[in-house]
Amino acid sequence: MPDIKFGTSLPSPDEKVAVDEAVESHGPVTIELSERLVYGGQKRLKERRHLLLPALHALQRASGWISPGGLDYACRILEVPPAEAYGVATFYHLFSDQPPKGDQILHVCDDIACILNGANDLIDASKQEGYETKPSPCLGQCEKGSAVFVQRVASDDTVIFETDPKEFEKYLTKNSEKEPTKLPQEGSDHLRLLSRIGIVDPNSLEDYKSHGGYKALEKALEMDNEEIIEEVSSSGLRGRGGAAFPTGVKWKAVADEKGKVHHLVCNADESEPGTFKDRILMENDPFALIESMTIAGLAIGAEKGWFYIRGEYPLAKQRLVEAIEKAKKSDLLGNNILGSGRKFDIEIRSGAGAYICGEETALFNSIEGFRGEPRNKPPFPTTNGLFNEPTVVNNVETLANIPRIILHGGESYASEGTDQSSGTRLFCLSGRVASPGLYEFEFGVTLGEILDAAGGFSGSGNLKAILLGGAAGSFVTPESLNLPLTFEDTRNAGVSLGSGVIMAFSDRDDLKKIVLRIAEFFRDESCGQCVPCRVGTVRQEELLIRITDKQTLDADISLFDDLASVMSDASICGLGHTAASAVRSALNLGLLETNNE
Amino acid sequence: MSETTKKPPETFVEITLDGNKISAPEGSTILDVCKQANIDTPTLCWAENLTPVNVCRVCVVEVEDSRALVPSCSRPIEEGMVVSTESERVNTSRRMVLELLASSVELDRADKEIIEWMNYYGSNPDRMGNSNEVKTSKQPVKIQDNLYVRDYERCILCYKCVEACGEDAQHTFAIATAGRGFEAHISTEFDVELPESACVYCGNCIGVCPTGALVFKTEHDMREDNSWNPDNQKVTETICGFCGVGCNLELHTQDEKIVKVTSPSDHSVTEGHLCIKGRFGWQHAQPKN
Repeated sequence: MPDIKFGTSLPSPDEKVAVDEAVESHGPVTIELSERLVYGGQKRLKERRHLLLPALHALQRASGWISPGGLDYACRILEVPPAEAYGVATFYHLFSDQPPKGDQILHVCDDIACILNGANDLIDASKQEGYETKPSPCLGQCEKGSAVFVQRVASDDTVIFETDPKEFEKYLTKNSEKEPTKLPQEGSDHLRLLSRIGIVDPNSLEDYKSHGGYKALEKALEMDNEEIIEEVSSSGLRGRGGAAFPTGVKWKAVADEKGKVHHLVCNADESEPGTFKDRILMENDPFALIESMTIAGLAIGAEKGWFYIRGEYPLAKQRLVEAIEKAKKSDLLGNNILGSGRKFDIEIRSGAGAYICGEETALFNSIEGFRGEPRNKPPFPTTNGLFNEPTVVNNVETLANIPRIILHGGESYASEGTDQSSGTRLFCLSGRVASPGLYEFEFGVTLGEILDAAGGFSGSGNLKAILLGGAAGSFVTPESLNLPLTFEDTRNAGVSLGSGVIMAFSDRDDLKKIVLRIAEFFRDESCGQCVPCRVGTVRQEELLIRITDKQTLDADISLFDDLASVMSDASICGLGHTAASAVRSALNLGLLETNNE
Repeated sequence: MSETTKKPPETFVEITLDGNKISAPEGSTILDVCKQANIDTPTLCWAENLTPVNVCRVCVVEVEDSRALVPSCSRPIEEGMVVSTESERVNTSRRMVLELLASSVELDRADKEIIEWMNYYGSNPDRMGNSNEVKTSKQPVKIQDNLYVRDYERCILCYKCVEACGEDAQHTFAIATAGRGFEAHISTEFDVELPESACVYCGNCIGVCPTGALVFKTEHDMREDNSWNPDNQKVTETICGFCGVGCNLELHTQDEKIVKVTSPSDHSVTEGHLCIKGRFGWQHAQPKN
């Protein structure tokens, strides 16, 4: 045993059972002293640290908080110093170090899309009804609006959509909303990634297969790894998480790291305000993602895939867990995939309320049981990723393109879209449009065409601004409606596609409030590790409050420039690099100067 | 120590630093090369006896073809790298990092060089806003025993104490970073008082703290009654007599009394770290009145 001092508080019986259950799938919970001599010490400690996050989830669920006794028990089991585990627990907003007031907490989304639907009033009303209510950053339900994530004690979490807290009760007594998703573009021949959404039964492997599922894996099993990677490279596929890195290059880099354990991580920590595309894919077509991951795993030589999904997506997680079980039973995952003798398995990890864990290296630390603080790059994940081993991290949407590339070939895939932006792209439309929802278009479609497809501007007043790419993206005005949405055109225009967010605002909307909410978001979600972002995001918000109060920009604009510059130049990760981006665009476009009454 | 293994010959890497070509052994960091070239580089979270965590970002430099600035303390040099330590971007970032810190944290007991760097880069923390408008880490001082004082309104979150308590020296893991964002802070589990925590009072966290957030109780008390006077202090080197390891001690004395004990960070035995006996054992030699 390492020389660690533990506390003296005891866990409740429920907490003890919960931690044991969370840990037992990875070998005996505790081991006999005699066995420790052959299998213990540092090796076991390192192998099991990644169980800290599941153990914390188990504790939070069992008793509604991370109690000293519960934390101490998890620490003893996993041999983690209590101070470190406490540091990890307090990193996540869905873990509490205070006893709960009741048996559920309502996290009401008050992020930019939901503000437009009266989120602030909903929070007040919910509190008045006596619910323990907390404002929440974007819950990824922007097309529906007014989302409430219900975190429960000793019961499954759920999400409800109801604007009258008096009606909450009837939703809280049953489980998650499971109505099939209806896409605005349903039935269109142009759908690629979305072709099965709302059509296939997400709980049925047979139904998935009858809609063309697992044909790509069968084909991939007959190909060499190099051939698979070659197809992905020639497809021109680029990452859909925001950074647009060529997927084939990433895969090849990891495949070339011979003689080491490789990992595949599916980044489903979708938390960029205004983004809900990955949730819809996971909820409605989970087998497609499992098939995609399996192909990717084979190609890069990874036998282990990790699915890191944000904690606020209970339905998506449930569907994936069930789909993985079914795939395992049918030899579509496991030690002998479709009789080929090849191995691949997927383990799911839940986030716990931390936007930063979508940053790939923060995600590694989160899985490994450490605070979700990003690492400095280089070294890059392709050489030093999860557990310091070569790792491919792909966004959900990126992976969802793989079966099509394998089935039809990279060149056929590249025939859609433009030279530098091949294929199709998912766009998350929300805000002041007639039909908010998830849309799929070939790259090259213009911003105006997409808005038209969504029924155009809707609501009182006129279209004033569009937030492109999420909180880490930037605002544009109706003057940009002719902008073709490709990686190259947006880059040349100084904006970014980001995670595919298109959020429309009217000149009647209080844009100051929206921009302030974005600043608040970054302040809230900064991990606090590096000075430029930890203090910079706080100062940015304070400065914005002063600017919007005073209406005078001149004196403060040089301070804003300096803050933006130190955050984008000297922060460790992308959060700090982009924390001033949307705010800067709003200032440049004069969105904060006039207040339309 | 006897040389039992022969080191392989070092490979040298050439980089361009502020326009001058310079060679350094492979594996050196940019900061190492800056030191070699006598280029003064501000650092807060870096220390020669700790693993670089590159969180303070004050040592950033501009590297050609790198979109963002890079932390010199942890980035290994590569052949042909072109580094600039004095560009406008570098100066702005260094000025701003110091400005941001000074606007949120009390720095009046920080290492002198921090104040010198602020002057050099022209940091002006006052422009962040009136003191009632800006968030700071102001909070009550923590005095929970007779050896340590933890004054976290002076803490810049450089992680040095966490590293010294953990894997870089003591392997006690009594403290870690807790919370997130601006609320991130150094804490024991559930903020239990230090005597109940895993702390073994080695004093190594205090030894590495650059801002006076962690101090020995003796120093804190003397500062509070205005009798702390570093200019009037003498440092005497000796070897600790408590056990056979042979740790070098530096006894800081003022008015013929020991007021603090440190160890040189380049010392081959201690690397600057001590145990409770070396750090506080002098109190037996010099009982309180």
